[in-house]
Amino acid sequence: MRFLCIYKPSKGEGLPPTEKDMTEMGKFVEESRKSGVLLADGGCLPSALGARIRRTGEKYVVTDGPFTESKEIIGGFAMIQAASKQEAIELTKRFLKVAGDGETEIRQMYDPPPTK
Amino acid sequence: MIAPDIHRTIDAVWRMESARIIAGLARIVRDIGVAEELAQDAFIVALEKWPESGVPQNPGAWLMATAKHRAIDYFRRNKRIERKHEELGRELDARRDVPMANINVAMDDEFGDDLLRLVFTACHPVLSTEARVALTLRLLGGLTTEEIARAFLVPEPTIAQRIVRAKRTLAEKRIPFEVPRGAELAARLSSVLDVIYLIFNEGYTATAGDHWMRPSLCEDALRLGRIVAELAPAEPEVHGLVALMEIQASRSAARSLPSGEPVLLLNQNRALWDQLLIHRGLAALDRAEKLGGASGRYALEAGIAACHARALTADATDWKRIVALYSELARLAPSPIVELNKAVAASLAFGPAKGLRLVDALLTEPSLRSYHLLPSVRGDLLFKLGRFTEAHSEFMRAADLTRNARERQMLQDRAASC
Repeated sequence: MRFLCIYKPSKGEGLPPTEKDMTEMGKFVEESRKSGVLLADGGCLPSALGARIRRTGEKYVVTDGPFTESKEIIGGFAMIQAASKQEAIELTKRFLKVAGDGETEIRQMYDPPPTK
Repeated sequence: MIAPDIHRTIDAVWRMESARIIAGLARIVRDIGVAEELAQDAFIVALEKWPESGVPQNPGAWLMATAKHRAIDYFRRNKRIERKHEELGRELDARRDVPMANINVAMDDEFGDDLLRLVFTACHPVLSTEARVALTLRLLGGLTTEEIARAFLVPEPTIAQRIVRAKRTLAEKRIPFEVPRGAELAARLSSVLDVIYLIFNEGYTATAGDHWMRPSLCEDALRLGRIVAELAPAEPEVHGLVALMEIQASRSAARSLPSGEPVLLLNQNRALWDQLLIHRGLAALDRAEKLGGASGRYALEAGIAACHARALTADATDWKRIVALYSELARLAPSPIVELNKAVAASLAFGPAKGLRLVDALLTEPSLRSYHLLPSVRGDLLFKLGRFTEAHSEFMRAADLTRNARERQMLQDRAASC
């Protein structure tokens, strides 16, 4: 089964990651790839470069970043393949240990059910 | 009473860590059966302690440390046993030559090498193919005996016995825990790749039972393939195999209708193909080719799969290239099944009459006598040529020969439409 993991760091935007952070995360990502669980991943640039697009009724409202009013902003994502939700949770804990304080939401992705 | 939560966590940690722990232990005790027992002991300790103490910060390191202690106990015990053996004038076990003080150093060595040794040992040609598959899933995939039994629709005691016997064979034949070198490497590596692909195929096209696919086996095989690809990154065929599996897996959602009816490749809704897996597959194929492995067996098959993956519509398929790849594959590993596939491709590149000529050349092939795809393909070509009566009997023959209930239904439907 596959999970989409969305990471929202506790610390606000602004400070670019240190070289040490980058090295540690690079090592973690490499290990996760090597163990066959990490299918895709990516880190987000500052929210100032993003936007939110909302549709209400027939109308679209586009709000450009930065999203200063949000408490937690998406910092990055990963698509992982795990044998169980519990395994996905364990992997996420390991990720957070390297990434630092914050929250990761994991969502199981739709997979076609085994056909009968 | 153990909280179910903790139990599930421990199960997950076992799946994630057991291969590394077993591999690390196996290098020291030189017996994967003993290594697995020691690793399991460590997990039993976890089952006892974690519900009280909570899951440690680094569960992998905790388990490894516990397993190390178990290994030390094992050597102490073993030494006593050996002393008794000595008294009895029996031969000494080779394990003696690992001094105790070196255990900690040895355990901390590069894990990748140990895992690779474990892969090669579990897939050793001294074992039957079935035993290799069971042992690989158990030791490297972290599956329980029950999970393996369920995946292969075999009673659990059968799998348990298969694993016990395999471990005994490895010990009795004193199979060294090592990565083969030189001339032996190529043959041994292909045994490893074949085992992984067999697991994948068992999941992808279930040979028995009412289910067309068992996706978790495909996932297990993919994961094993990706691991081996990173353990032996210079071996092009590993990347070829990964490419093949990723691309095939990309079609999972499109291979059957919600009713369970299988959908043939060319009729599949390509919008359902998983672009992430296609992307990964093409990247793996690129790696294989850059390493000079374009003409390896798995790379060739992946090349064919890639032709389909790159075509936005079935009509856009580069059939001539597929025919050429099949020809190369047939030269490399002559096989009537490859010839049959080539005939299908040729019928699409050059017309059904050409395809039928190639298929008819295979009719006397003894190994295809009870292979359902031969009459199935022949029926399809005859159908396209408007020879419906002959097509009907071919589809019926194919329906009689297949062991898969879903496929049988599809063939009967095709016969009915003639």
